Amino acid sequence: MGKPVLLEHIRIPGIRQFGVYRSHGGYRPVEKALLEMSPTEVGQEVTRSGLRGRGGAGFPTGLKWSFLNRKSDKPRYLVCNADESEPGTFKDRYLMEHLPHRLVEGLIVSSYALGVNTCYIYIRGEFKYLVRILEHAIREAKENGFLGERILGTDFSLEIHLHPGAGAYICGEETALLESLEGKRGNPRIKPPYPAYKGLYDCPTVVNNVETLAAVGPIINMGGEAYAGLGKGKSTGTKLISACGHINRPGVYEIEMGLPVEEFIFSDEYCNGIRSGRHLKAVIPGGSSVPVLPADLILRTAKNEKRLLTYESLEEGGFDSGSMLGSGGFIVYDETACMVRNTLNLTRFYRHESCGQCSPCREGTGWMEKVLWRIEHGEGRWKDIDLLVNIARHIEGNTICPFGDAAAWPVASAIRHFREEFEYHVEYPDEVRVITHGNLVRETRFTGGHPVSGIRFR
Amino acid sequence: MITHRLHVKENRPVAFSEATLKKVRELIQQYPEGKQKSALLPVLHMAQEELGGYLSVDVMDYVASLLQLNPIEVFEVATFYSMFYLEPVGKYVIEVCRTAPCAICGGEEILEYLKEKLQIGVGETTPDGLFTLKTVECLGGCGYAPVLQVNTQFHEQLDQVAIDRLLDTLRKQAADPSSADLTWASQFC
Amino acid sequence: MVKVTIDNIQVEVEEGTTILQAARKIGGSVVPPAMCYYSSLAGSGGKCRTCLVKVAHSSARDPRPMPKLVASCCTPVQEGMVVLNQTSHEVVEARKAIVEFLLINHPLDCPVCDQAGECDLQDLSFGYGLEETRYEEDRREFPEIDIGPFIKLHMNRCILCYRCVYLCEQLTEKREHGVLYRGDTSEISTFIRQSIDNEFSGNVIDVCPVGALTDRTFRFKSRVWFLKPMDVHRECPACSGKAVAWMFGEEIQRITGRKDRYGEVEEFICNECRFEKKSRADWVFEGPRKIKRQSVISANHYEKMKKPSIINPIEGTIEQSDNSET
Repeated sequence: MGKPVLLEHIRIPGIRQFGVYRSHGGYRPVEKALLEMSPTEVGQEVTRSGLRGRGGAGFPTGLKWSFLNRKSDKPRYLVCNADESEPGTFKDRYLMEHLPHRLVEGLIVSSYALGVNTCYIYIRGEFKYLVRILEHAIREAKENGFLGERILGTDFSLEIHLHPGAGAYICGEETALLESLEGKRGNPRIKPPYPAYKGLYDCPTVVNNVETLAAVGPIINMGGEAYAGLGKGKSTGTKLISACGHINRPGVYEIEMGLPVEEFIFSDEYCNGIRSGRHLKAVIPGGSSVPVLPADLILRTAKNEKRLLTYESLEEGGFDSGSMLGSGGFIVYDETACMVRNTLNLTRFYRHESCGQCSPCREGTGWMEKVLWRIEHGEGRWKDIDLLVNIARHIEGNTICPFGDAAAWPVASAIRHFREEFEYHVEYPDEVRVITHGNLVRETRFTGGHPVSGIRFR
Repeated sequence: MITHRLHVKENRPVAFSEATLKKVRELIQQYPEGKQKSALLPVLHMAQEELGGYLSVDVMDYVASLLQLNPIEVFEVATFYSMFYLEPVGKYVIEVCRTAPCAICGGEEILEYLKEKLQIGVGETTPDGLFTLKTVECLGGCGYAPVLQVNTQFHEQLDQVAIDRLLDTLRKQAADPSSADLTWASQFC
Repeated sequence: MVKVTIDNIQVEVEEGTTILQAARKIGGSVVPPAMCYYSSLAGSGGKCRTCLVKVAHSSARDPRPMPKLVASCCTPVQEGMVVLNQTSHEVVEARKAIVEFLLINHPLDCPVCDQAGECDLQDLSFGYGLEETRYEEDRREFPEIDIGPFIKLHMNRCILCYRCVYLCEQLTEKREHGVLYRGDTSEISTFIRQSIDNEFSGNVIDVCPVGALTDRTFRFKSRVWFLKPMDVHRECPACSGKAVAWMFGEEIQRITGRKDRYGEVEEFICNECRFEKKSRADWVFEGPRKIKRQSVISANHYEKMKKPSIINPIEGTIEQSDNSET
């Protein structure tokens, strides 16, 4: 790809320091926005850029901002969602760790556009070291006149506060996050009303992901049109993809939208292929909540087109043969991975993280976990597989928040694409039991079987 | 049977140090007037760290009185979030990530190794009160798997050698308290 | 005023009314069941998902259907909205699924449950439950606890509707119980060993849709359908004093609030009225309480029988007799 946008200066030593960041064009977007543009113009620029929410839903940011109720006489809030807990996703953490000022800068410009004077960064409680880094960055920005009262001599004032979470995946959902920020249990709210009308403390609120807000600075710098020139179709700009699993080079990569998945996995610029010369079996392309795809379907769509890293291309084929870009948590599995065990693992995660507020999710996730546990441990029956599909279908769409869908999709898609593995577990319970009850789980119990998995490229 | 036990109030006096109280007051200032409940999560972090390593009923009652809350509001919140401990824990809480990206890259082996090495099961504390072993869901270190955290300090790309080294370091740190690093919640203010 | 159509029946309601309230204005089988919503408790609703309905047309201005089923208890109506409840196969299927979810961890101890006969979950299971359970795993179990001298908490039976939490938050001065822990281990509890001690706390028994919170003074005394409910009142300094006395012969076995046809109490009563006034001399008797005729409580009593509505969920036809359920 071309020049990185978000991670442009990441390799420069000391870039975490305000002085170094500033000398490389840092905070230029703040000056440009506050001194040369009106808040409306900043908003228009973001709309023009086609930036979409990077937290997972992919909702157009400009549109989200336009929903903010500006008629209300209550204060408005901008909340930065730094509660990154989606399995497979570690891009926000990387961004905040290496380029904290990129986020602060984005927060200032966005707050200016939204007419916000108080901004909260809701950060995962476990990211202790990031709090230090961000606090330092905020302090530096304040010392240099980019935060506080009358920034750069304009009428605009802004305070940024850090707020730690305490270990709850559900608080990544925007209304649960607001509840948690108000000091309550992280139970998602019933929508409507949407946060744009009744958000934090019942005031109009915008909640955006770290990566989304960090992209605002570069957008103002290069102009919305130029940003929209990057990428492909409605997936504009660049995206951070955090790659993990059975690959040679896990890590965070900034890619221009539209990069072929095949190139991303096998090129030495990115993941550099599957570890130990093994074969690609499956990929979860957007964090654990999105459907898993087998090797053939992640590389090429059902229509035999190249699968690209864009919102649209990954959704191609719907739930039958597609997935989603989600948060960009790219989990790669080689043929040693047992999809039943993996699905059990993810379902246990969702059971553990369900807030328990609405019945389908509270009861359904636990039920799926128990059935999967039986299958994995050689006690499954043939009807259990259909039962799982049925439970997943009953959770999906019937819950208060998208968590229910997120819990249902991994199960539904794993059975859709790797049904033989589930059947194998049921058919040969003894074999499964012997290996699972060994001392250590080293290698998988089931390899191969899917007619097209294990295709090796290059 | 789910045995969430009913806790007992022991009425032991607990109080923050003057320095922490100052931080709490500053923290409350971050939020609009009358919204001091927002400070609950950070204050609970501080309380857990300063007042005994876990949240006893007395500690939670104290936090409730500080923030002018009903004690049940604090109980509800403290039981919801997985970072708050409701029972006593060891000096070092070792939490091993067990979610898929870590599990497929050796996380399960790491956990087994730790169990063997510390001779305790998940959720248990070593007899010397030094280590508590727990599992935790995705820590956001998937690319550097397997991952664990010790009192919210991350340790990544682990293998058995690294675990040995880590345990040694922690034991040494415990013997020499001046090098201990447990003061993380204070960083929030 | 806005016009909405629910199951092909048009009704005119005020703007901001929820779909559920609009349906209640029509009455009969058009009304979705509600396990967690309670109209007098602000913030309640949206959690149990039994009241899910399909919105076939969002409004006159935007005739598109809503993408998912919506919770009718917290979705406001809009002009020209078309809602399908019993007439939608999808809704009936979803409701069956929700009932199954609510039942998988429910102990099904109805034979020894004091709520039996006036239990919303029983009615719901009768309407939408499967003939047999597909759940083979162990059920979730909690120890039962006494919260105070008058109230028994059976957490096993709880469906986590949050009604009792909202009630204590809004009606009593200091809430002492709440929802603790999370996910499938969440429970209603006081966390510390203490009793709920407040003069209005007894109302949690009335708002509980299942047998999770029951009256210890009435425990195992009788089945509700053997009792004769009488409207009674008394002068009470704390509450309105309007209640229902449940009589077994001459004996008052229990006192509850006056519930309407949707199981909602008209006026909350105080603990003194509920638990301590069990003598006939304490009350002025107004006459027999009218009970929903579908209720088993009415099976043993007076009130002539009427032909029940016949609902065919597959074809969506409703054979209506009449709506008077008293």
